[in-house]
Amino acid sequence: MVEITDVVCSLCGCVCDDIVVEVEDNKVTKVKGACAVGKSKLMGHGRIESPAIRENGSLKDCSYDEAIKKAAEILAAARRPLLYGWSSTVCEADKVGVELAEEIGAVIDNTASVCHGPSVLAIQDVGLPSCTLGEVKNRADLVIYWGANPAAAHANHMKRYSYISKGYWTEEGKKNKKLVVVDVRKTATAKMADVFLQIEQGKDYLVFSALRAMLYGYEDVVPEEVGGISKKDLLETVRMMKEAKFGIIFFGMGVTHTGARHNNIVNAIQTTRAAHTHTKFNIMPMRGHYNVAGINQVCTWETGYPFAVDLSRGYAWYNPGEHSATDLLVRRECDAALIIASDPGAHFPGESIRHLAKIPVIQIDPFPNPTTEFADVVIPAAISGVEAEGNVYRMDNIPIRLRKLVDTEYMADEEIMEGILEEVRAIKGKESE
Amino acid sequence: MVEGELLIRNGVVYDPINGVNGEKKDICIRDGKVVEEVRNPKVIDAEGRVVMPGGVDIHAHIAGGKVNAGRLFRPEDGRKGREAKTKVCRAQSGYSVPNTFATGYRYAKMGYTFVMEAAMPPLAARHTHEEIVDIPILDNAAMPLIDNNWMTMDYVKSGDMDLLAAYVAWIIKATKGYGVKIVNPGGTEAWAWAKNCDLNDAVPYFDVTPAEIVKSLAVANEKFEMPHSIHVHGNMLGHPGNYEVTTSTYDLVKGIKPYRDRPTMHATHTQFHSYGGTTWGDFESKAGAIADYVNKNEHVSIDLGSVILGDTTTMTADGPMEYSLYQITGRKWTNHDVELETGSGITPFLYSGKVSVHTIQWAIGQELALLIKDPWKVALTTDHPNAGPFIGYPIIISMLMSKRRRDESAADMHKAIYDRAALPSIDREYDLYEIAIVTRGMTAKTLGLHEHGKGHLGVGADGDVAIYDISPEERDAGRIQKAFLNTKYTIKGGEVVVKDGEVVATPAGKTYFVTPECDEKLTDEMMEKLKDKFEHYYSVTFNNYPVQDAYVPNPYEIKAPWRS
Repeated sequence: MVEITDVVCSLCGCVCDDIVVEVEDNKVTKVKGACAVGKSKLMGHGRIESPAIRENGSLKDCSYDEAIKKAAEILAAARRPLLYGWSSTVCEADKVGVELAEEIGAVIDNTASVCHGPSVLAIQDVGLPSCTLGEVKNRADLVIYWGANPAAAHANHMKRYSYISKGYWTEEGKKNKKLVVVDVRKTATAKMADVFLQIEQGKDYLVFSALRAMLYGYEDVVPEEVGGISKKDLLETVRMMKEAKFGIIFFGMGVTHTGARHNNIVNAIQTTRAAHTHTKFNIMPMRGHYNVAGINQVCTWETGYPFAVDLSRGYAWYNPGEHSATDLLVRRECDAALIIASDPGAHFPGESIRHLAKIPVIQIDPFPNPTTEFADVVIPAAISGVEAEGNVYRMDNIPIRLRKLVDTEYMADEEIMEGILEEVRAIKGKESE
Repeated sequence: MVEGELLIRNGVVYDPINGVNGEKKDICIRDGKVVEEVRNPKVIDAEGRVVMPGGVDIHAHIAGGKVNAGRLFRPEDGRKGREAKTKVCRAQSGYSVPNTFATGYRYAKMGYTFVMEAAMPPLAARHTHEEIVDIPILDNAAMPLIDNNWMTMDYVKSGDMDLLAAYVAWIIKATKGYGVKIVNPGGTEAWAWAKNCDLNDAVPYFDVTPAEIVKSLAVANEKFEMPHSIHVHGNMLGHPGNYEVTTSTYDLVKGIKPYRDRPTMHATHTQFHSYGGTTWGDFESKAGAIADYVNKNEHVSIDLGSVILGDTTTMTADGPMEYSLYQITGRKWTNHDVELETGSGITPFLYSGKVSVHTIQWAIGQELALLIKDPWKVALTTDHPNAGPFIGYPIIISMLMSKRRRDESAADMHKAIYDRAALPSIDREYDLYEIAIVTRGMTAKTLGLHEHGKGHLGVGADGDVAIYDISPEERDAGRIQKAFLNTKYTIKGGEVVVKDGEVVATPAGKTYFVTPECDEKLTDEMMEKLKDKFEHYYSVTFNNYPVQDAYVPNPYEIKAPWRS
């Protein structure tokens, strides 16, 4: 048995890096310090066992070489290919993805498109006053979760970084901190809150506006009730915000994908700036996948833009809503797709999935998921953070290197992508001869 | 580096480190290095053209978290520099925040072969290195921020300079960094509480002053045979009347002896620190006072931070400064404070020749270059992209070389330039030798890179050469600017990477990093305190913190022994 410390969890945007695992006979046998979901990922579960190509409706096992070659043929022949996913793999693989997109003039998009894409649009509008999670741990005496339920979705977030954590000016943990939760229902996180603001569905924009007005001293314009929350409670929240030494708003899908969507986030950021005129105040999106922040980073430094990048012109063209993955699919514009480290089969709107099911789809993933059901080429990958190493970016954009814990026969995402790129270049080389 | 021989024939060579001033001579390169002679070379005919060593940029923000945050939140900037992929080049985007590929190509086209990334947050050092790997052609290095770090301030307070040196050594090694970078010492830590610090204010909760931090880090830096001095962005950047803070900061290190013949402090983007007046209303140039100080002293070198008119993206670890700027413009603002270490702020900015303050800022950068007598104390920079993008260097070169061009430009700008700046009254014009000093000779020497083959063309130097398509007699400012924007040839390690202004090859650059060698006992003692910081305050573990070798695929190590 070997004990490995400082293991980095490759599940959610928390990227906990203090996990201890035991490895016996090349298998992870024990996991300490991870949350239940992280533990399940590190321990391993049912996976895609062999590369496969769909023939007459059913997947037939094949070799890696055959699958990679088939994938390359599909992509090289496509007129409007889409390369989608990238958030649950390492930056090294993402980089090859961008290069492949350039090579074949593809649209490259990532899961932020259906997740914190609206947050990105808001940041492009007004910027983002933020910080690393350690800043929150050491300084924050007011933590606000808005449309986010870390107790369920980011189980170690409060313990490691925010409400329950202990730091330099917060050595007594939650004792001298306040927790405010804004949500449409009384979530597990809300039950812990000092103040729970039960907001009406889709009224986030109004409530941000009310808080902002109050923070700028215009409380007289705020009516007695906004979005189901009483003026009294809003005033109390504003008092807490002003009196805090260091406040932070963490926001989740509950705000990005309801009502005013990206305008909610613009308003959330402007509320943060309003609070910043009184005290130190920051805001941070609760990123989901462990490296969704990373694909945004890689895509930005390589193409100039974080998601929904169209390389069909030879240079990067960025217009989310026009050629983000779902829009492209709804318009039935794309004629082949490579899906890596994600599951649009489960998460895209029905209309997009219907088109995806009709076109050739290549899937690269360690695990089967609904996308596997219609994929035409399935390529199993090593599990990053268990069987392969590489760089990832935590939700606060801090880069951390995933460790390799056990050996594997499976190819890493990066190797698979390089194989496809090489094959595509070979095909295109022959065509141009 | 490529194998084989190259002969650059009959160029007019400007190689200040070797005292070569416009001599017609051949440059011989074998296996990537300059040699005495070659036998069967490929020949480049440089007949009558200006030949210089590859350019060395001492200070630019080209890679890492805040550069990328700048790209991310400015798609409108990305749209400005679009160029499609070619057989050789990746797709390009951006003007003030170009993508990594464009960054490499554009510098190479200007004849540059080395760029120093000026500010690397230690906790995010992996990010800086990841981007550097994606910058083609350029050799590079990055300076970690070490001044707002809790470890640093703890030792400054206790006065343990040896332990401070041990920490400095550890963090430079852990980040694969090049030297000690200081940005608004104490002020950025104060910004974590939305406050700021002047030079002699106490940093909240830490009971030390910025002045003490600067002085202590200079002492710690000189305990090793460090190639570079401390690299300082002082307090109160961008505030009217800050020039006295600037000279007071210079004074701090006056008595500290450098390990070799270089200054004890490099003061960066000095334009932003040379302001008179008390408000933006009576704002005026104090470049004269700064130049006077630099002329009379030997312990300080500077770079300009010269303004390029137009839109740009400002970014710095000086969080409170960016907040002030954003409050002036009302444009978008991003901030990212980094636990126990540093922070950063980013906001777009437009320098307009119709605005009095911007016009005076524009004058100050050039005044510094022209009023400081010895060009070996001056480096040409725009603090890319803060005072303007690096792609504007050829504009500054043409201004420094042509009084006529400066006068013509001033005539179109706000009239404040005639009564609150000195530029119109300065007659000096740089010659090509002086241009070569401020763009390669001085910068390589100040960084200590001349001993590692950079910034000159002596035997043994790297085969990095820029051939500009002008004759030494050229006086037309427009033609000078054009020539310095796109070389006839840029040669990197003996390989032609740019020909007739087009990138023709994209070899990977080397990453230079320094290994300060510290006594084990001191390191062990320091380590106890450091591990406690990780145990209780960092959000990343001690073992996951140092930059792994995988992030630096083309390393060039410079050892810096402890000075006994």
